[in-house]
This record gives sequence, C-alpha cells and structure tokens, in this order.
Amino acid sequence: MMGATLQARDGFAIRAENVSRHFQMGQTLIRAVDEVTLSVRKGEFVGLLGSSGSGKSTLLNLMAGLDHPTSGTMIAEGRNLAAMSSRELARFRNQTVGIVFQAFNLLPRMTLEENVELPLRLAEVDRGERAARVREVLERVHLEKRSTHRPGELSGGEQQRAAIARALVNHPTILYADEPTGNLDSATGGEILNLLWEINQTLAATIVLVTHEQPLAERFAGRIAFMKDGKLVAA
Amino acid sequence: MKVRDLTELAVRNLREALLRNTLTTLGIGVGIASLVAMLSLGVGLQRLATQRLERSGLFNAIFVRPASDFRRMGGGANPAAPGKPTPLDLKARQAIAHLADVQEVYPQIRFPTEIQYAGNSYPTAVAGIPASDRASGAFDGMEGRFFSSPTADEAILQIGFAQRLARQPETLIGKQMVVRYAKREPLAATDGGKGPATGKTSPSAPTAGFSLVLKEKDLQIVGIVKTDPEGFGGFGRGQLFVPLDVAEALHATQVTDLRQVLRGPSSVPTYAVLTVRVTSPTRVPTVEAAIKRMGFETFSLLDTTRNLRLFFTVFDLLLGIFGGLALVVATLGIVNTLVMAILERRREIGVLKALGAADQDVRQLFFSEAAVMGLLGGFFGTGLGWAIGRALTFGTDLYLRRRDLPAVNISFVPWWLALGAIVFAVAVSLLAGIYPASRAARLNPVEALRYE
Repeated sequence: MMGATLQARDGFAIRAENVSRHFQMGQTLIRAVDEVTLSVRKGEFVGLLGSSGSGKSTLLNLMAGLDHPTSGTMIAEGRNLAAMSSRELARFRNQTVGIVFQAFNLLPRMTLEENVELPLRLAEVDRGERAARVREVLERVHLEKRSTHRPGELSGGEQQRAAIARALVNHPTILYADEPTGNLDSATGGEILNLLWEINQTLAATIVLVTHEQPLAERFAGRIAFMKDGKLVAA
Repeated sequence: MKVRDLTELAVRNLREALLRNTLTTLGIGVGIASLVAMLSLGVGLQRLATQRLERSGLFNAIFVRPASDFRRMGGGANPAAPGKPTPLDLKARQAIAHLADVQEVYPQIRFPTEIQYAGNSYPTAVAGIPASDRASGAFDGMEGRFFSSPTADEAILQIGFAQRLARQPETLIGKQMVVRYAKREPLAATDGGKGPATGKTSPSAPTAGFSLVLKEKDLQIVGIVKTDPEGFGGFGRGQLFVPLDVAEALHATQVTDLRQVLRGPSSVPTYAVLTVRVTSPTRVPTVEAAIKRMGFETFSLLDTTRNLRLFFTVFDLLLGIFGGLALVVATLGIVNTLVMAILERRREIGVLKALGAADQDVRQLFFSEAAVMGLLGGFFGTGLGWAIGRALTFGTDLYLRRRDLPAVNISFVPWWLALGAIVFAVAVSLLAGIYPASRAARLNPVEALRYE
C-alpha cells in the first residue's frame, strides 16, 4: 500500500521514532515501551539487552508487526507499520520478517518439514516449489535427516534450529530472535547464536536479537542496545 | 491460504482431537438423521397418498355432462346456442377423445338388475368398469382375478353383495350367474302417444320414447373385491361389475334415460355422464377448459388435490420443526467444540499469526473445520435418517402383514432431500462456526503467544 510505504533509501532496515507502547492495567498505566528511537541498518546484527520487564520483547513485537505502537512511527523496510492494516501486517510478517521465539513455538502435531512448510502455505507458494525450499532451509540448519520427526522427538537445540529454518523459509530480510537461547544450555545456545551469525553473514539478513545474556550478545552482535524501564538507555 | 491447504489443515486439526470431534460430528449426524427421517416420513406418506389417489384415477378424471344437467353451474352452456345444450353424444365423445392429453373417454353405465343365482333372485346395481381401472389399486388384493378381456362375459362382485349370495363368498368364483335387466328398445315416432297413457301427451312436443324389454345375460363370476372400485365417482353405487364394453353392449335402461325422453326426440343416443381420463393430474385444468369450450359442464377433484398438497406442506413443516430441534442441539455442540478448540489452540493461533496468517486465514481455518464436521455429519446423518425410515417401513409392513393388509412404503428419501440435508448440515455448521471463528480471528497474536 503506497500510503504506508516510505521510499527511503537511507540504508535502514528498521527505524523506530519516538515509539511508545502503553498498557492500561486497572488504574495504572504501564509504559512498556516509552519514547524509543532506534535505527537498525540493513544487514546489521543488533543485540537488544535488558533485564526482565525492561520492554525489549515488547519493542521486538512492535518491530515485527505483531503489535501496534500507542504512539510514534515504526518503519521497517521503508514501510510504516503503524499505518498498515491487519492484513498488510500479516503479509509483512509472512514475507519480510522471520521470528524465532524462546519457546520454539513449533506445532507439536506436525513434522519438522510440515512446520517449516507452514509459512509457505500461508504465502500460497506452489506445492511443487515448497518441498525444495523446505529442504534447502533444513539443510542450512543441518536438520535434513530429521525432517519427518515431530518436535517432541528432537532436542531443544534441534527444535530451535527448526524454528530458525521456519523463520528463514520465506527468505525474509529481517530476522527477529526473542531470547532464542533462553531454554537451552550454554553450549547449545552458543551453537544457535553461531547459526544466526552465519545467516547474518551469508544471507546478509538484518538480525535483532533480544537477550539478557550480555556475553553471548557481545560475542555475536555487531552492536548492542540496552533497555531499562521501557526506555532505550544506550544504543 | 488455498482451499486445499485449508482443508488439509482442518482435517489434521480435527484428527488431533478425534474423540471430541467425532462426538460432535455424530451429534450433527443424529440431528440431520432426525430431520431426514421425519421429512422422509412426510415425503413417503405424501407419495403414498398421491400415488394411491392418482392410481384411483380420481385426480386425472374429468366428469362431463350436458350443460343443462348441472343447473348452469360455472356457466358452461353452449355459447353458440345458449338455449339449446350441445348433445353429449357419440360425436361429442369422439371429439373429446381427440383432445390433447386425453387418455380415454367412456360413459358411466349403471343400471338396476335382478341377479338369478342358485334359484334365488337378488336385486342390485351393475356398473361397467373400464379396463384401465385394473391399475387403480381398487382391485389390489382381490379374491380371484380381473376380467380376462374387455369383452369377456365375466363379473366381479363387491364383497357385501357376494356375502348375500353365499356364506363363503370365495366359493362363488368360477360359478355362473344370470343378470336380468331392462333393455332399451327405441320406439318409432308414430308409436308415440298410443298406449295406456294416464297423462296428456304434450301437443307441442313430437312424440318419442323407448320401450323396455326384459333380457337376461349369463356371466361367470371371476373375482370378489373388498374395496369400492367406483369411489367418489359412483352415482348409484354398483355392487356387481362387468367390463364396460359388455355393459355398453347390453343397452340396459339407466335411470338417466328418463331425462333424455323428457328432453325431446333425438335421432342419436346421448350419454348422461362421460368420464374423461387425462394423462396427468396437471393436465386436468387445460382439458377441462377445452371441454367447457365445447359446451359441456365438467367436474373434477383437482381442488381436492390442491388441498392435499397444502395439508402435506404443513405436515412436512411440522415434521421438519420436530426434526430440526435435534439439529439445534447439535449446532450448540459445534459451537461448544469450536470454542473449546480456540481455548486449547490459543497458542497455535498465535504462532500462525506470527508466521503471517491473516485474521481471514484463521477464520477460514475454523470455518473449514466446522464445514468438514458438517459434511461428514451430513453424510452420516442422511444415511442414518434413511436407515431409520427403512426401519419404520419394515416395522409398519410387519404390522400390516399381521393384519392381512398389503405392505406400503411409508418412508422415502428423494435425491433432493439427501442433497439438501448434506448442504443444510454444512450450512448449519458454518453458521455455528461464525462466533468461534470470529473469536479466533480476533485473537491478539502477542497475547495468544503468551498463553501456556
């Protein structure tokens, strides 16, 4: 939609300008994200750090188009997410971004390949093309031999790799990872971040990593932003 | 999402909660089955009544009389000559027979008689029966058989009369009897006015009439019928039936002959009443109008058919309402199942939305699940409804057979009922899915993903 498209060629993948997200809890107004301004360049690997309740996941949800800001402008790939309809946002989540969650969020009843195929079904990609694309991403995360397994039959690390494959299958330009190592041991967590770094380097995908593990973030992210009480304190 | 993908996902989701979804589908099935069984009963009974009535020939029959005989009911007098009614003679009979959609035209012949059997004399009335009446259903289950040919010198007795002739009526079959009747012999015009007249001969009217000659005819009894084959059409009911051609050939004096004499001299014999059989009850109005245009009075039972249809429409509606109650319960079952599914699959909905499912996709997915349940329930319910109908027919047949009555098919599932029931099941399921599907589609993905 042209109204929501900003023809910016400024090299930014994401630009949050004075973005706020407030929640009313009874009489109390919770400022989960408060007047945040943050820019992420295309191909950049940014770590978003902060303690629990600092608002980093809320900011990520806003950047991923899962939520609407209360105020401010959120521009991703030149498009103002705040001006998009629910249908346009769904399309944006399907085609432009990939999201990886702490809890993996694979559908337990489906095999790995079926889980990975899901975004392709939603994008109405032809059946003939789907199998090749699923195979390609499963090979990238080294799970091609586990494609017919169900998530319950895999280790935590394998499940997260499968979730990354699912996030990559529609060739997104931005990959959001919300505490992807939160449910993993440190060695497996390291492997997952290594995989994300590889993706950043080889596919030139912009990566925003939300985590509270500063050493890991410092090891892999090119830049680190800190949040505290809904505000960006350092970027 | 594409329809195939939606259907695959819907079937997969339904398989996951197999027991609950099966029970819900069975609920729809039972609801549809009760609806189908009730309506099949309504349709079956309507079909039975219509078939019986149509076979009786009453609804595709038109009774024709000369205009003056009907006291000008309906104003059907000859428009060409208002004062002089068109004679209902052989020429008119042939003209009516040539009208489109007319199957046959025959006179109603009934005359008084004395039967000589086993040395006794029994008064009764003879009626001529056309060969086409064999299929009317009135002769179903009769003792003996129908006439061997339209000109056979054979007789069928009505059970009441047969019982007067013999204590065990079935023993009459194959026996000979003598029918005594008054033959109508035309008089020459010069004969008029002579004889022992007590009244005065009308000076303005040319003299005419006929003499009555006592005749006898041997007939073989071939059957005994329990019903009244003449039904509504009877005027002066007959208890002894002979082939119409045989009755006509006797030239027996009928009560209505008197009217013809009073009407004046006529060179050709006329009929009191002609029965016109039409190919189908739907053609009755057209043929009736054509006969009226020829200058005759007509009478048919078509209005009764209309009333019968009205009755069965109301009857079907009532049966449908009772059958529909079970479906209402089943609909609530679908709503409950889908609402429960939303609660259970809240996180899954969140994941789907995070992966790019639009509200419409989620709505369609839940609709598809409802539709699949409706479709399966519809097929199952239609089959079950049909089986219930068959069971009812079977039970009724047993009951009727014990009472020595012929079997009837009281239940019938026409193709439109089967198809309609399946479409209705899907439509009701989709209707039941509106609220759950909309609720699922409106879920906030962030909140849904937070749900454990």
